[in-house]
Amino acid sequence: MSAQNNPTSFEQAQALGLNEDEWGVILKRLGRAPNQTELGIFSVMWSEHCSYKSSRRHLRKLPTTGKCVICGPGENAGVIDIGDGLACIFKMESHNHPSYIEPYQGAATGVGGIMRDVFTMGARPVALLNALRFGSPDHPKTRALVSGVVAGIGGYGNCVGVPTVGGETNFHAGYDGNILVNAMCVGIAKQDSIFYSAAKGAGNPVLYVGAKTGRDGIHGATMASAEFDDETEAKRPTVQVGDPFTEKRLIEACLELMQTSCIVAIQDMGAAGLTSSSIEMADKGGVGIDLDLDKVPQRETHMTPVEMMLSESQERMLIVLRPGKESEAQAIFEHWELDVALIGKTTDTGHMVLHHKGEKVCDIPIAPLGDDAPNYDRPWVEPPTLPAINADEIASGDPAKALITLMQSPDMASKRWIWEQYDRHVMADTIKASGGASDAAVVRVHDTNKALAMSSDCTPRYVLADPYEGGKQAVAECWRNLIASGARPMAVTDCLNFGNPERPDIMGQFVRAIDGMAEACRALGFPVVSGNVSLYNETAGTAIPPTPVIGGVGLIDNANTAMGFGGAEAGDALVLLGATTGWLGASLYLREVEGREEGAPPPVNLEQEHRTGMLVHALIHGGQVRAVHDLSDGGLACAATEMAMASRCGVHLVASDTLLDAAWFFGEDQGRYLLAVKADVVDPLLDQAHEAGVDAKVVGTMKDSDVVLGDAMPLALDLLSQKHENWLPAYMEDA
Amino acid sequence: MIVSAAVIVFPGSNCDRDAVSALSKHSTKRVHRVWHRDTDLPKVDLVILPGGFSYGDYLRSGAIAARSPIMTAVQSHAKRGGLLVGICNGFQILTETHLLPGALMRNAGLKFLCKSTPLRIENADTPFTRAYAGLDQTSIPIAHHDGNYFADEDTLDRLEGGGQIVFRYVNNPNGSSRDIAGITNKAGNVLGMMPHPERAIDPLTGETGGLAFFKSLAGVMA
Repeated sequence: MSAQNNPTSFEQAQALGLNEDEWGVILKRLGRAPNQTELGIFSVMWSEHCSYKSSRRHLRKLPTTGKCVICGPGENAGVIDIGDGLACIFKMESHNHPSYIEPYQGAATGVGGIMRDVFTMGARPVALLNALRFGSPDHPKTRALVSGVVAGIGGYGNCVGVPTVGGETNFHAGYDGNILVNAMCVGIAKQDSIFYSAAKGAGNPVLYVGAKTGRDGIHGATMASAEFDDETEAKRPTVQVGDPFTEKRLIEACLELMQTSCIVAIQDMGAAGLTSSSIEMADKGGVGIDLDLDKVPQRETHMTPVEMMLSESQERMLIVLRPGKESEAQAIFEHWELDVALIGKTTDTGHMVLHHKGEKVCDIPIAPLGDDAPNYDRPWVEPPTLPAINADEIASGDPAKALITLMQSPDMASKRWIWEQYDRHVMADTIKASGGASDAAVVRVHDTNKALAMSSDCTPRYVLADPYEGGKQAVAECWRNLIASGARPMAVTDCLNFGNPERPDIMGQFVRAIDGMAEACRALGFPVVSGNVSLYNETAGTAIPPTPVIGGVGLIDNANTAMGFGGAEAGDALVLLGATTGWLGASLYLREVEGREEGAPPPVNLEQEHRTGMLVHALIHGGQVRAVHDLSDGGLACAATEMAMASRCGVHLVASDTLLDAAWFFGEDQGRYLLAVKADVVDPLLDQAHEAGVDAKVVGTMKDSDVVLGDAMPLALDLLSQKHENWLPAYMEDA
Repeated sequence: MIVSAAVIVFPGSNCDRDAVSALSKHSTKRVHRVWHRDTDLPKVDLVILPGGFSYGDYLRSGAIAARSPIMTAVQSHAKRGGLLVGICNGFQILTETHLLPGALMRNAGLKFLCKSTPLRIENADTPFTRAYAGLDQTSIPIAHHDGNYFADEDTLDRLEGGGQIVFRYVNNPNGSSRDIAGITNKAGNVLGMMPHPERAIDPLTGETGGLAFFKSLAGVMA
C-alpha cells in the first residue's frame, strides 16, 4: 500500500474547504476516513461551484417548463424547440475568478467551456455572447483586465470559428476586486440527435478524448468557491490554459461521432474535470464506473491519481460507448488528430473505483456524491427598502449637457473597441451583431429562413437597490430586447453572480433576486432552461453588486423581418409606447450627472410589460414601423440619440407638459419602446395602442442632423457620435 | 469559366463551409472538400484555401499548413495554370509556400480586427475580378490578426508594374505596404486576399461586395 492510500484527517479536509458536518457525512458514508484521492473527489464535488449547495433550494423557484422546452436545467445546457425538427441548445456560464487572476486565459477558457457544454449535447455552436463587468475606469487594474479579457474572448472564439455577436460591458467600482466574465453560447441541433449525460447500462466502454491531462486548474472549482484575499495572485497556477485549435477539432470530431450510433452518453470535462464528468454520468445512469488512470493521456510525468482526477485541463470529453463501437469511435478522433483512449467501463456496483499502477486508489459509492450532496438553507435577511426619489427634487440642469455626459459615460459609450476584436461574421449567418443597431443579436438558422435573436441583460445598480425589482427587471429587459428585434421570446439561461452566501445580507440579495426573476419569467412565459451560479465574488469582505445576468433567446420566423433601430428616416414620427412617470431613482442620469447612487429602482409592471411587448410584436410584423428601440439606460433621450446615430439622421424630441426635463428625457420607467414610423401611420397606430391598453404618444420627429431636446441647445449628431465613439479607445490607448 | 472547384480543409480551417456554400450558390455546384492529408486533388479548375486558423496559427499563421501533404498537389495545380485562391489564412498559406511573394505580419495596431473595409479595385482584368469591371470600389469585411502585408520595395514595384495588385484598402486598417489587400502571382492564376468575399454575398447578412468575386469565378459578367 502506498502513502496515498493512508487515511486523511479532518484538518486536511478543512484545508480543501470542507466543514465539520460534511466531513462527518463522508465518514458515515464510507465507514472509514477517505484516502487522499477520495478526499479530493469529495471536496470538489461538494464545492459550492459543483454542488450548488447554497443555491439549490432557491433555484427550484424558477419556472423551467413551457411549450417550447425540450430539456430544462440539469443537463449540460438547455434545449428548446425552434420548429422544423430543429432545437436550439444554449447556456451561460461565469469564469470570474480565473479571469481576474489571469485575464487572457481566464476569459478564453470561459468561452471554450461554454461551447463544450453546448456541443456535448449535439449542437453546432453558432453564436457567442458575453456579459462583462469591470471595476472603475480609474482603478489601476481595469485597463489591463479589459485588454486581457477581450483578447482572450476573441482569441478563443475567433480561432474556433464561432461568431461573437453580442454582449454587454459595464464599469463600476463595485467590481474593482472581482470582475465578471460571463460567456453564453447558442447552438443548433436536430431534435432527433440530442445527446444526454446519463450513462445507462453496465459494461459499456468509457472513452477519453481531446487534449492530454496536465496539472493545470487543479482545485479551480474550489478556488471559485471562496473569497479572494491578499494571496489570490498566488493562485495563478490554478487557472487553466486554453487551446482553441484543439477545441475546433474536438467540435468537428464529436459532431461527426454523433452521426453514428456509437454514443450512450457524453459529457465534457469542465469544473472538477474527470471527477465530475465521470461521476455525473454514472450517477444519472444509475451505474458504477471503473477507471484505469494509467490509460489517461497525460501531458506531464508522475501525476498522482488526485492530480489526474482534479485537473481542469481544457478541451477534454468523456464518452460512454455502446459495446463493440470502440474502433469506429476511435478512428474518428484519430482522423482529427486528437488523443483518444479507452480508460474504463461502467459497472453495476454503484461505486467509483479507480486503479493506478496496479493499486486500487479509490472506491466510493457514487450516490452520496451527487444526490446526497450538502444542501444548505443559509440564513438570509430581507434587503433594506430604499425610498423612491422624488424627481421634482432633482435640479434639472441643461439636458443637452447631460446628454453629452451620458453618451460618453463608460457604460453608455460605444464598445466598438471591444467588438471589432471579435469575428462577428464567420459562418456567414450573422444578421445583427454588436454595432448592428439592434437591441438583440440576430443569427440566421443555417440553410433556413428563420433566425434566432439573443440578448444578455442585467442592470446591477437596480438589483443592488432592490434585488427583487432588479431581478424582475433583468428578465423584463431581456424579453424587451428580443421583442424589439422582431423575435418571439422563447426561453432564458441565467448566470447569477453574487458575493459570499454565508453572509445573510448577501444571501438576502440572492433569494430576493431569484424571487423577482421567477415572477417575471412566469408572467412573461419565459422559462429558465439552463444556468450557472457564481458565489463568493468578494474580496476582503467587499462583495460585488448583485448581478443576475439573463441570457434570452427568441425566434424570428422570417429572418427578413428582423427589426433594428437604425432604419428611421427623415420625416418619421417618433412614437413612445409605455407610461412615463419620470423615474430617476437608481438611474444612470442620477449617477453620471448628479453623482448620486441612491433611490429605489423603477418598478416593472409585468402585466403591462407583456401587453406592450405583444403590441410592438404585432406592429413590427404588420410592417408599420421602420425602427424600434427599447428604452433602458439614459431613458428617452439616449434611446432617441442611439436611433439617430444608427439611422444617420437628426432627431427632435418635444419637452413634457407635466414633467421636468431631467425626469422626462432621462427617467428610466420600464416597459417602454420608441418607434420610428411614417407620419401617415401615426393616427391608426395610436388608435391600435389605445385599443390594446398601451400608453402611446408622439414625442418627436426625425429630421436634419441635430439632436434637439425640447428647448435646449441643438447638438450636432456628428459631435455626439464622436464623443460616444471616442471614450473607450481614448481610455484604452491614450493612457 | 470554372466547372468544378475544391476547398481544402486544414485542421483549424473555419471558413471552409462558408466558401463551399458561396461557391455552390454563385459559381459552381461541383465543389469538393479535400482533407489536408490527402495527396491527390480531384480534377478541378479552381482550388480555394479557406480562412481560419490552420494549425491554430501556431509557429506562424499558415506556416504549418504550407507543409501539409495536399500542398504538393496544390502547387502542381497552380504550376499547370489552374486557378488558386487563398482567402485570409489561405493568403498566409500562399505566402508561406512562396506561390505569392511577401509576408503577412501582425496588424500594425496589434489587435485582431473584424470590420467592413472599403476596397479599391485595382485590376478588374483577372479571372477573379472580371465581374467588378466598371466599379472603382467595393466593400468586403476583414477578420484577421495577421494581415499586414509586407514585401521589399523591389517586389512591391514589380507587383505594381505587373498589374498584380488586385485590391487595395481605401482606409488601410492593418498597416499593409501600399494599402495592399489582395495580389496575384505574375502569371495571374493565383490570388491571395485578406478580405472575406464569402461573407459578403447576401444583403440580409450585411454586404454584397463579394458577389462579383464569385460571379467572376463562374464566368458570369455582373
